[in-house]
Amino acid sequence: MSFFYYWDFMSRGPGSSCIVSLFLGRFWFWEDLWVRDGKILDPEKLFFDEQGFADRRVDCGGSIVAPGFIDVQINGGYGVDFSQPTEDVAAGVSLVAKKVLEHGVTSFCPTLVTSPPAVYHQVLPQVQVHDGGPDGAGVLGFHLEGPFISPEKKGAHPERYLRTFRSGGMEDLTEVYGGLDGVAMVTLAPELPHSQSVVRMLCQKGIAVSLGHSVANLSQAEDAVQHGASFITHLFNAMLPFHHRDPGIVGLLTSDRIPAGRTVFYGMIADGIHTNPAALRIAHRAHPAGLVLVTDAIAAMGLHPGRHPLGQQVIEIQGLHAYVSGTKTLSGSIATMDMCVRHLKQASGCSVEEALEAASLHPAQLLGISQKKGNLDYGADADLVLVDDALRVRTTYISGEEVWRRDA
Amino acid sequence: MRLVILDDYDLASEWAAKYIRNRIVEFKPSADRYFTLGLPTGSTPYGCYQKLIEFHRSGDLSFKYVKTFNMDEYVGLPRAHPESYHSYMWNNFFKHIDIDPANAHILDGNAEDLEAECSAYEQKIAAAGGIELFVGGIGPDGHIAFNEPGSSLVSRTRVKTLAKDTIVANARFFGNDLSKVPTMALTVGVGTVMDSKEVMILITGAHKAFALYKAIEEGVNHMWTVSAFQQHPHTIFVCDEDATLELRVKTVKYFKGLMHVHNKLVDPVLSIKDQ
Repeated sequence: MSFFYYWDFMSRGPGSSCIVSLFLGRFWFWEDLWVRDGKILDPEKLFFDEQGFADRRVDCGGSIVAPGFIDVQINGGYGVDFSQPTEDVAAGVSLVAKKVLEHGVTSFCPTLVTSPPAVYHQVLPQVQVHDGGPDGAGVLGFHLEGPFISPEKKGAHPERYLRTFRSGGMEDLTEVYGGLDGVAMVTLAPELPHSQSVVRMLCQKGIAVSLGHSVANLSQAEDAVQHGASFITHLFNAMLPFHHRDPGIVGLLTSDRIPAGRTVFYGMIADGIHTNPAALRIAHRAHPAGLVLVTDAIAAMGLHPGRHPLGQQVIEIQGLHAYVSGTKTLSGSIATMDMCVRHLKQASGCSVEEALEAASLHPAQLLGISQKKGNLDYGADADLVLVDDALRVRTTYISGEEVWRRDA
Repeated sequence: MRLVILDDYDLASEWAAKYIRNRIVEFKPSADRYFTLGLPTGSTPYGCYQKLIEFHRSGDLSFKYVKTFNMDEYVGLPRAHPESYHSYMWNNFFKHIDIDPANAHILDGNAEDLEAECSAYEQKIAAAGGIELFVGGIGPDGHIAFNEPGSSLVSRTRVKTLAKDTIVANARFFGNDLSKVPTMALTVGVGTVMDSKEVMILITGAHKAFALYKAIEEGVNHMWTVSAFQQHPHTIFVCDEDATLELRVKTVKYFKGLMHVHNKLVDPVLSIKDQ
């Protein structure tokens, strides 16, 4: 099945109608999308088994229907910084969760940058994995970016909180993070001693392991993948540059030492600023199936142009750039997910489906949740985003319920 | 017999669809009095279904008070298989119209007891008051539904083993792998279709020309089961030019000469909007 324009989109009760679906076979077609009890329904079964038909029809007005976007790296937004230990972290996460519906994001991983153990111990227990709804996008679990990263590639992470593995056992993790409940992904540098056992342990617990903020060579990166690592955090940024005799982590895109049946995914901040479009194209052409769009958005995302005090700094927003005030130092990304989808399409010349898949199917596959999310197969959660031909978000649905609509 | 000859496939599909539309609209079906329609599958009726969907979308035709009975279904093919006749009918017709699912009948090729399924189907047709209009196609071997050569002309709904010709003809839908084509099917009998008030057979394409010749210019013969309809009081054959290639020039000229009469059946085309 593929999707393109659609007629009607029915929701609630047996049946909904629209043209849809991108991912069932990767073609386009005019189709109807049927939803019941928050899940995508097989209307043929409904018709023949239950002799049921639609209760309600919703006209999608010619929009493209895609699975809701999934952002696996977002540090905050709208003035909220997830890594700031506050009394009510959940409130901050909820605020961002609500606002990102406007960008077509229906699930996300709140991301914490390198922090002292006290912060993890305070923040992690306050937010549980939960489904989205009218109040905001669903939380898939935290993405812990650090502190087990390389001092040489710390980027904006505070050096004093970087850590190494003492033994490679669970204690290293629990000492820093506290518990690992509610954690969906950990970014670490695989060249750190004892990282291999940590990678294996995390993977066994169902936590995705991502390589980033690292000076690993290709061989070290490949070893980590052998042990279960499956993601690269913001490809090109905070790692050794591609070198033709040692491609480093970037070389994973075309490595021949990836275990059969597994895919290495890679995050791209496709805001046109953090990655040169030519570099984006190289990555996309080398390994299109692995491209995962991430915003890596900071607290300044969503704020109006101008100066904003954030944490210990003052940030100045000019267009899509967020600088440390008074300098030309980028302080992070403020692009929204839908902007990234549009930029990917425009810069790479990829198809609409590919651009949409990079924001939905691929992150779902990365997190191992593609039976429920990131596609429009029968039985998947009806988290949807309706976009126009220019890939601007018109309406967002979670579990078949409309949760955001652009004012006409 | 009426032999309605149109220039090409599209025109033939449109004529047939208009005829069905007019019959339904004229009948004024209601909750007390349903219009019962027998339906085929395959590439021939596809254009006709498309047209009927168009008529429904434009608001001129409703299937709310129509009961349908399909002719046949493969045995042992999962219902959700893309080549099952359930899938065909869902994708090409039912999902686009307003028919009540309870009124869309198709034989269940996965029933526990196939014979019981067949008798039950005959009973459902009888309970619905019989078929008002049975639309069918013709196989290259002259079969109606899956009533292969040699089928009794008074047969009822039953299990049939498919002829080699039919299996070969269907292989294209199963990746050209003969081993994947179902070998048995449930089908309405020739007698079942003969019981309906009116029969309309769609025949298009040069590959059906010989079968059409055998069906209408030769005698009634159980080797060409469509020929049975020579003995039905109300049969219409709708075909395109190519399907007439094996007929005598005289036959074709005769019926083409009657087109002005035939066209009165579809012109004016009726609409529920006018009721």
